[in-house]
Amino acid sequence: MEKLYLLVPLAPLMGAIIAGLFGRFIGTIWSHRTTILLVFISLIASLVIFVDVYQGNTYNGSVYTWMVLGEIHFEIGFLIDLLTATMMVVVTLVSLMVHIYTIGYMHGDPGYQRFFSYISLFTFSMLMLVMSNNFLQLFFGWEAVGLVSYLLIGFWYTRPTAIYANLKAFLVNRVGDFGFLLGIALVLMYFGTLDYEIVFAHANHMAAHSIEIIPGQSWMLMTVICLLLFVGAMGKSAQFPLHVWLPDSMEGPTPISALIHAATMVTAGIFMVARMSPLFELSEAALSTILVIGGITTLFMALVAVVQNDIKRVVAFSTLSQLGYMTVALGASAYSIAIFHLMTHAFFKAVLFLGAGSVIIAMHHEQDMRQMGGLKKYMPITYWTMFIAALASAGVPGFSGFFSKDAIIEAVKFANIPGAEFAHFCVLATVFVTALYTFRLMFMTFHGETRMDAHTRDHLHESPRVVTVPLIVLAIPTVAAGWLIGTMVFGDYFAGAIKILPAHGAIAKLEAEFTGVIGMMLHAFSTAPFWLSLGGILTAWFLYLYKTELPAKIKRLSGPIYTLLDRKYYIDEIYSWLFAGGTRALGTALWKIGDVKIIDGFFVNGTARVVALTASVTRRFQSGYIYHYAFTMIVGVFILMSLWLFYF
Amino acid sequence: MLVGFPLLSLVIWLPIIFGLIVLAIGSDRNPLLARWLSLVGSIIGFIVALPLYMRFDPTLSTMQFVEKYVWFERLNVHYHVGIDGISMPLILLNCFITPLIVIAGWEVIRERISQYLGAFLIMSGIVNGVFASLDAVLFYTFWEASLIPMFIIIGVWGGPNRVYAAIKFFLYTLLGSLLMLIALIYLYHVSGGSFSILDYHQLPLAMTPQILIFVAFLLAFAVKVPMWPVHTWLPDAHVEAPTGGSVVLAAILLKLGGYGFLRFSLPIAPDASLYLADLMILLSLVAVVYIGLVALMQQDMKKLIAYSSVSHMGFVTLGFFLLNDLGIEGAMVQMISHGFISGAMFLCVGVLYDRLHSRQIADYGGVINKMPIFAAFFMLFAMANSGLPGTSGFVGEFMVIMGTIQVNFWYAFFAAMTLILGASYTLWMYKRVIFGAVANANVEALEDISKREFMLLAILALAVLWLGVYPLPLTEIMQATIGNLLEHMTISKL
Repeated sequence: MEKLYLLVPLAPLMGAIIAGLFGRFIGTIWSHRTTILLVFISLIASLVIFVDVYQGNTYNGSVYTWMVLGEIHFEIGFLIDLLTATMMVVVTLVSLMVHIYTIGYMHGDPGYQRFFSYISLFTFSMLMLVMSNNFLQLFFGWEAVGLVSYLLIGFWYTRPTAIYANLKAFLVNRVGDFGFLLGIALVLMYFGTLDYEIVFAHANHMAAHSIEIIPGQSWMLMTVICLLLFVGAMGKSAQFPLHVWLPDSMEGPTPISALIHAATMVTAGIFMVARMSPLFELSEAALSTILVIGGITTLFMALVAVVQNDIKRVVAFSTLSQLGYMTVALGASAYSIAIFHLMTHAFFKAVLFLGAGSVIIAMHHEQDMRQMGGLKKYMPITYWTMFIAALASAGVPGFSGFFSKDAIIEAVKFANIPGAEFAHFCVLATVFVTALYTFRLMFMTFHGETRMDAHTRDHLHESPRVVTVPLIVLAIPTVAAGWLIGTMVFGDYFAGAIKILPAHGAIAKLEAEFTGVIGMMLHAFSTAPFWLSLGGILTAWFLYLYKTELPAKIKRLSGPIYTLLDRKYYIDEIYSWLFAGGTRALGTALWKIGDVKIIDGFFVNGTARVVALTASVTRRFQSGYIYHYAFTMIVGVFILMSLWLFYF
Repeated sequence: MLVGFPLLSLVIWLPIIFGLIVLAIGSDRNPLLARWLSLVGSIIGFIVALPLYMRFDPTLSTMQFVEKYVWFERLNVHYHVGIDGISMPLILLNCFITPLIVIAGWEVIRERISQYLGAFLIMSGIVNGVFASLDAVLFYTFWEASLIPMFIIIGVWGGPNRVYAAIKFFLYTLLGSLLMLIALIYLYHVSGGSFSILDYHQLPLAMTPQILIFVAFLLAFAVKVPMWPVHTWLPDAHVEAPTGGSVVLAAILLKLGGYGFLRFSLPIAPDASLYLADLMILLSLVAVVYIGLVALMQQDMKKLIAYSSVSHMGFVTLGFFLLNDLGIEGAMVQMISHGFISGAMFLCVGVLYDRLHSRQIADYGGVINKMPIFAAFFMLFAMANSGLPGTSGFVGEFMVIMGTIQVNFWYAFFAAMTLILGASYTLWMYKRVIFGAVANANVEALEDISKREFMLLAILALAVLWLGVYPLPLTEIMQATIGNLLEHMTISKL
């Protein structure tokens, strides 16, 4: 089995190396064949491992020793339990579909091989992240997925917007990693190891430990560690206020928006917190913070999605909002629901993104939904798969998103820590908003009259099979995955991986009420989320299909609110003024004043000038004339003799 | 086998002898001979250094490969060399970099090629001598001698402002080392006429002399590292130096300062080190943050990398004065890694400079369109410079940050800012130089790297990745030595 564990990440890595270094020699076709085959192998291996782990064979072992320092061993190793195995299957499955889809989407692109190399490298990095059994390797995968994301957002490197967006993404992520690394450092300091198993086992002993970071202010150690780790999650999983990079990341090619910026990488933060549940459970303050941050992200990002016209940006803001849902679930100690929503979201969001990409291909890389409309009859497969995903996204009973989202809303209701009420309001209100923007997207794109120019319309056709097959394959779990809720959330599926304190009983209460998937669906009709969702869909229909002149009127009437949403609350502007501008001003000041004026100007060259000045004076003593020296000597003798007479 | 074979002397003197022969070839009549001879000499120099690693016993904390002969009997001066886990990796790094320098200057240097290459070979030997010396006089001789080849390299093959830069470099470092000389003479007297550095380690000293000695050494080493605020010679020296000069300066010569702290300051004045540790940490953090910010605003690529060097070397001094094993070992790893990365970064700028004869960021843009292979290498090194895990740049910074938090949370807070700052200045430069559409006709005419350049960058790339993925062999070497040093420091000399 150990060899199989190794095979899972190494197969995509090999693919990345082959396509990256030798892609020029083996050509486009062999590049995609090789990488796809290797990711397929990785998927099969993941499935075999999943079955094995499901039967109870968890694994925790080291691959090699990275470094030894006194008593501390830094290892590279794997922890394979059901949490990991689930993530492995999701990652490799979505990755494989995206690989296949890419054949169609990137056809003819000069960077074809490079693209395959990157997405395989991403798959490797993500697998290293989820399979890790220690904080060091977690951080390795964490940063490596950030690197690949940077490379892929800037894939079309001649576009100024793309290379701005990728730098921004990397730096914002680095702000998160800054906190994350400090959190890891504290773990190492207090636990003396970075190995999950040992840290988790000793976490309880540290629960009462407090530290003083600011003198006189005593804080719980666990709160500090968890908050710092969560800062990392905020960066990677794009939570407010570190969310700003994700919308801009849409500059990258669409397949990676689906793979990295929706289905997998951005969920790394969610995964990490779930993995660290034995730590997070010990800090109520951290959980409260997570609830509030998640709530803010859920609602306020969903609102922005309503006013976007770029099809990819709608989906991007939807992703932010859905990540907010997962974060709220984490804060409510409903880790298993967070992972469950992570999984269902991975499928339906991948479909939405890949479908959007399919539309974009058909529209000759036009992304503005105002130029679309009526695409349903030209692209039936794209339409129907996206329709399914939209229903899942809006949380219509029976579809996967319904089960996970409903469970989150219920869990927050049962949570009894500060911030839960606020978060509950946010997630509930967002149900309506989600249904509204999702179906706004569907109606503007696929229904109504066609608004594109005649040339584009004449060339409209369904995308090739390499594009539609992944859509269909991913649409299946988009419907079906939800039905696993009984097993994944309420069973003891994650029993070994996730720890919940009895005090945080949200999920236990939910479990007591759970009466099977059918019961859950029937129950839904009597609860607010269902009607909110239905209301959202109807509102979208009313505004964008029935009274199509109304949105413009609302836009005019709402004035500043619309502008605020359209400008994304001006957060980008504030950041670029405050942080980018401030840092540059500070850098310039330190350089021009500190280095050039003070150190070099005053001290260094000043010293040189003083030396020169002294030399020009003292030089006169060495004039070379004997009588000067003789005179000086006489003066000297006179002074010395006077002193002698005076003192003795 | 070969017990008593003067291996270490061979490592020191072989490059110098080769250098002298290359010099003797003289003028530019036969440049090919000078090049090949230098290459062969530097490669042999590396090969003879390999047994130092292979036959090194990492479990010992004492000096190994020791040679000791009387030099001046009257003054009790010896030719006394030996290495431990601190100096051995640095010697290997030096021997590893030297062939790369020779290859880097292969076609680029057209005037006085034999003098150029000769100077580098001689310097390589001298630097090995600095790292291996266990006698203070021998050390001081090598230390000062190392200035001369670099002074000449900058002064002769440098850019338009080379005289100012060369003199600034020379005076700055010379002034620093004069105080060290005084400290050494003082130690000679206190120890009752010994120049053995190892004797000094055991010498009991009161607090005041310890502090004075510490400060005297500090000036010498701080200038070399360089620490803030005595760093301003470095950007000027780098900007004017030819590519090879910059590589050696950043990869090797800065390490002399770091080495000095470990060999002199910490063991000879442990109580003063402890007493002044917070001050040293503060100066190092200023280097990391302040210099990081200054680097961000540079318009000149070489200046930017020079400032980045200062910032990264801040991690070295920071690590030393944490006085824990994570800190000191991390600092050592950082020194080796910085040797690879800064060398590679300067080579990358050199590749561009050779083509366009400009170091200004504004003169570039969209280089990736014309030089994709180069862009890939540059990306790797830029990421290594930003401390990405999996590259060597991460290992040292990671260890030092882990060590820093054990001393003080806020120290770690500021140290970790390098994650943001390092990525900012490196990747912003990368974006402006490499990404984008082709900026002008000069960039349009660029050609991708030659086989020679490819080989250079590929070797360094492998080194950067190897150390990032598997640093165990390196840390193993120094474990015992550094453990011993820390133990030594716990015993007060007062």
